[in-house]
This record gives sequence, C-alpha cells and structure tokens, in this order.
Amino acid sequence: MNFKEIFRSARDSIRQNKLRSFLTLLGVVIGIFSIIGVMTAINVLQQSVEDNMNGLGAGTFQVQKFPNVNMGNNWWKYQSRKNLDYKDFQRLLPRLTIVDYATAEDWRWNNTFKYKDKSTKANMIIAGITHNWEFTNNLRVDMGRMISQIDEENASHVVILGSEAADILFQNINPIGENIKIDGVKYRVIGVAEERGQRFGNSMDNRAYMPLTTYFKYYGQANFTSLNYCFSILDQDQFEEGMQEVINELRLIRGDKIGEDNSFEAWTNASLIDQFNQMTAAIRIAAAIIASIALLASGIGIMNIMLVTVSERTREIGVRKSLGAKRRDVLFQFMFEAMILTEIGGVVGIILGIIGGNVIAIIADMSFVFPWDWAIIGLVVCSGIALIFGSYPAYKAASLDPIEALRYE
Amino acid sequence: MSLLILKNIFRIYQIGDIEVRALNGVDVDVERNEYVSIMGPSGSGKSTLMNIIGCLDTPTKGGYELDGMVIHQEVKDGTGIASDDQLAVIRNQKIGFIFQTFNLLPRMTALHNVELPLIYGGVPRAERLERAQAALEQVQLADRMHHKPNELSGGQRQRVAVARALVNNPSIILADEPTGNLDSKTSHDIMDLIDNLHKEGNTIILVTHEHDIAERANRVIHMLDGKIHEDNKKK
Repeated sequence: MNFKEIFRSARDSIRQNKLRSFLTLLGVVIGIFSIIGVMTAINVLQQSVEDNMNGLGAGTFQVQKFPNVNMGNNWWKYQSRKNLDYKDFQRLLPRLTIVDYATAEDWRWNNTFKYKDKSTKANMIIAGITHNWEFTNNLRVDMGRMISQIDEENASHVVILGSEAADILFQNINPIGENIKIDGVKYRVIGVAEERGQRFGNSMDNRAYMPLTTYFKYYGQANFTSLNYCFSILDQDQFEEGMQEVINELRLIRGDKIGEDNSFEAWTNASLIDQFNQMTAAIRIAAAIIASIALLASGIGIMNIMLVTVSERTREIGVRKSLGAKRRDVLFQFMFEAMILTEIGGVVGIILGIIGGNVIAIIADMSFVFPWDWAIIGLVVCSGIALIFGSYPAYKAASLDPIEALRYE
Repeated sequence: MSLLILKNIFRIYQIGDIEVRALNGVDVDVERNEYVSIMGPSGSGKSTLMNIIGCLDTPTKGGYELDGMVIHQEVKDGTGIASDDQLAVIRNQKIGFIFQTFNLLPRMTALHNVELPLIYGGVPRAERLERAQAALEQVQLADRMHHKPNELSGGQRQRVAVARALVNNPSIILADEPTGNLDSKTSHDIMDLIDNLHKEGNTIILVTHEHDIAERANRVIHMLDGKIHEDNKKK
C-alpha cells in the first residue's frame, strides 16, 4: 500500500476527531515543551556565562576568599578565613616564577562621581587596582594611560574612568587632566577606558579605576576587606604548573597546614563553567525526569486513543481487509497515524519550548539559542513514543479477523 | 474446467464443549459465467460458505480451487491452508464483494472508495483513477464520484459498492444479500445491474432470502444444516 494513501487516511482520521486529537497531542506537547524549554533556558544561560567568561581572557585565574559559586551552606567556614590582603599579595609576588602578571583589586559600589556642576547617579563603582590590571582583565583605554607602578607606590590620586562615567561627566570636553571628585576627594583623570559592555546584565562602564593603595586611604583598611587576586599566564602549557605554584606559595604565606584544605579559592573560567554545569545538571536531570513522566503519560494517552480509534474503525478495517489489505498494510496505517499524531505534538512542543526557553534570553538581554541537538532528540523521542505506544493498537488492528470485523456494529 | 471447485468442505466451530458444524461436507462446482444464488434459513451455513468462497474464512477441512489456483488443499490430517496475506492477495485479485450494508468507507469520496482495491493491488495512480472512473461510469454514477457516501442515496451507495467489486476485474463477484437494505424499487435496479454484469460475462454468486431475486439466477442452491439440500440448474 502506498505511502500517500496511508498519509491520507491518517490525516483524515486526525481531522475527523479534531478535539480528541488535540487533547492527545497536548500531552506530547507538554512533555516535549518542558524538556526543550528547560534545556533551551539552560543553554541560554550557559551561552551567556561562556560569553561573559571570555571577557576575562584565557590563561587567567582568580583567587578569592569565597568560592564564586557557593552551593552548600558553608558561608561561615568561608567567612572565618583570613582575608586575602595587600600584604600577602606583595609577599607573594617575588615568589612567583611562572605567572606573567599578578594583580589585586577591590570594589566599592553605589558611589557618585562629580565634575564641576555635573554629577552621576549613585550607581558608580570604584575599583582599586594594582598596576598590570589591564593585562589580567583585558582593560583597554581609548585615551590616556593605565595605572602605573609609580601610581601604585605613591598612592597617587588618579583615576581611569569607565566610558559611561566619562560620557556623563564630560560631554564635549577632553577628560584627560581634569579633576573629578569622589566623596569630596579630588582625583585627576589619566585615562578613559574602552567601552566594555555588559556582563551578566550589569554595565562594566560605570566605573572609576584608581590605584589600590589610594583606594585603601579612603575605603577600608587594607586587611578589612578581602581582595581578589588575579593571575595571568600567557603560555598555555605552563598554566597548570603556574596555578599550582600560586596555590603552593599562598598556602605557605597564609600558613595553611599540610593536609588541610586551601584557605582560599582558586578558579579559572573553565572551572567556573564546570561549576555552572554541575549546578545545572540537577536542573537538567529534574527536567528530564518530569518530561519523561509527562511523555510516559502522553504515550499512554496515545495508546488509549489509538485503541479507541481501532475499535471505532473495526468495520473499516474489515472492509479494507476484504478488499485485499494485508496485515502489514493495516499495521502501517495505524502506526503511521500514531506517528503523525506524536510528531505534530513534538514539533509544536519543540517550537513552544524553544520560544519559552528563550524568553529568559529576551528578558536578560542574552543571545538567542536554538538547541538543534535537543530539537532532534525531541523528534526521536516522539518517534519512539509512537513506536512503543502505537504498536500494540496497530498490531491489534492488523490481527483483526476480517469476518468479525465486518460484522462489528 | 470449473472456475470454482469446493470439495468436501467442513467448517467446525468449537464453542465450549459444543461442536457446531456450520458446514458439514459441501461439494460445489461453479462454471465460468454462471449466475448462482444460494438460499437457506438462518444458520444453514450459507454465509459461512460465502466467507470461505470469498477467502475471508478458511475451512476446517476440505479443498478449494479458484480459477485454477489451489487455495486450500485437502490433506490427510486436515487442510493445507493459505496464509492470511496470501488470502488477502486472492481477495484483492480474484474476488469482488458486494455487501448488504454496502460497507463503503464514510470519510472517502465514491471515487476513492472504488480506488481502494487498486491501491492495495499496487496499481499506479493514473491507471487507478482511469479504471475507478470507468467502473463508476459502468454503474451510471460518473456524476457522483466526488461525493461521500453520506451524500448518496442507499441505491447509489450500493452502486458504488458494485463499482468497487468490479474495478479489479475479479474472477467472481460475491453478493451477500445485496438488496437487504434497499426498498423494492431500488432493489430492482440493483438486481438489473447485477444481471447485466452476468450478461457481460462475469461469474456471480448471490446469497438471498427472497425467491424472486433468487429466481433471476440460472442456478439456485438451497442449503440446510450445513449441507447442500437442493441444487437446481435452469436449462
């Protein structure tokens, strides 16, 4: 029996029972939607995490007191660690043989920058940085210069402005050499940073970078807040070794005992992505379980509806058989009908799932993701459902005795 | 040589402990272009006989040859029977059914209904359409071919069924009470149509309750208790 005829029959049957087909489809749609939606959303987040990581530059790793992603309730354990301070950093520097650049930084939020009568909102960020920070964090200046070692040693009152801050304070004036005020203290603008865009939805341009030593004068004791250390190793082959050296030397400086865990956290972009994946693995598994249950239920729904269809169309099966339909003709006809039903549901579910999953991308201004792999998996799963749950009804139809079937009322 | 030979056919059902002999040793020969009607009370075995001739059912014992083909062969321990799929092919190629209840597929147009046997026979689309249209013309329904069964009268539906039975040029046309669901005027028309098919050279076997319809055939077989009671050939 030809394919077109099978298709025609399946289409007619689905059309004939629109509401019933729709309800049956709904189960498949929900199951496929839930898994595709969650996977797409996770892909969007992952894409965004990876994009943002790349801003940090390859061959870079960070050391902090707190882990970047804290999954357990170990806050007190981390809090009670000794701060990573400037003194430790300075002691560490001469001991490092592999690392190309090492920097330390601290951050302060919700500041207001002023220039003459102009003022920013109180949403500006001050970064206290050591020299070389431009190498560990890919900072570039559009004009002016970077923070130098001399600035750091002298605790000079100089700043590099983020592009957003510079735009607000200096519309038509060259900012270089001008003095701005932060918390009543004067700083000379020595550079304007290139626009850096957003990371995790936050602007990276509403900033002023000043020497860390200057920062300490006005914002916190050198040992009160814990600094971020950032290290850069240009030679990929030496990365692991260089990172290990930093960890070993820092343990010695901080007096971590042999056999104890590090009293700090060191991570790379890659390890952050790993952590992200570990975190989302639980969500993925949960989504897969929920979707499996939904799909199992929808599969049972399909089997049920196909059994109803077969019994409703017993007479038709009898007629077809009397006219020469073989067992496999009838089998294919009903298998195919189940297949079309689930595939329609699958395609609708995939489309809705991808749209739903990307809502997060639209809201958080992240890039749109089309998960081809999951779309294909979705279709394969649908075919599997149709095969598993459609085969018994189809087998039942194919096995009907033509005389009994013709007599069926 | 006979078109159809039934030799010592038994069809025995086992219902619990009771053995029901629907056919209890039937021998029939039908020549090409014969017009046979089968009569008999309910339970006499005429439907079972039709089912076996139509390859919808298989005998418990006995031999059956159709158009030179051995379909069931009597062997020592019972009957060597054809498989389901072989029977499906024979039904498709050799037999045209006309049912009392028409048995058209309701969602399909008349034309598509008539096409069905050709679809299962693997006839290419263009030839299929041509033959189905020709068959509908033969039953004077060319103008109704795109109507669905529920848009047709009872008589028109039975005409579609007749066209469907004809379309694959069967060796034999089996009509099981073809006028049972029709009024007398329409019955008359349908029987005229069937008479015509006979005149055109078809072999026809007809099951009926009604004497006047049975009398149209040139051979009347009376069945009783699973056996042939009378077999009258008109000269």
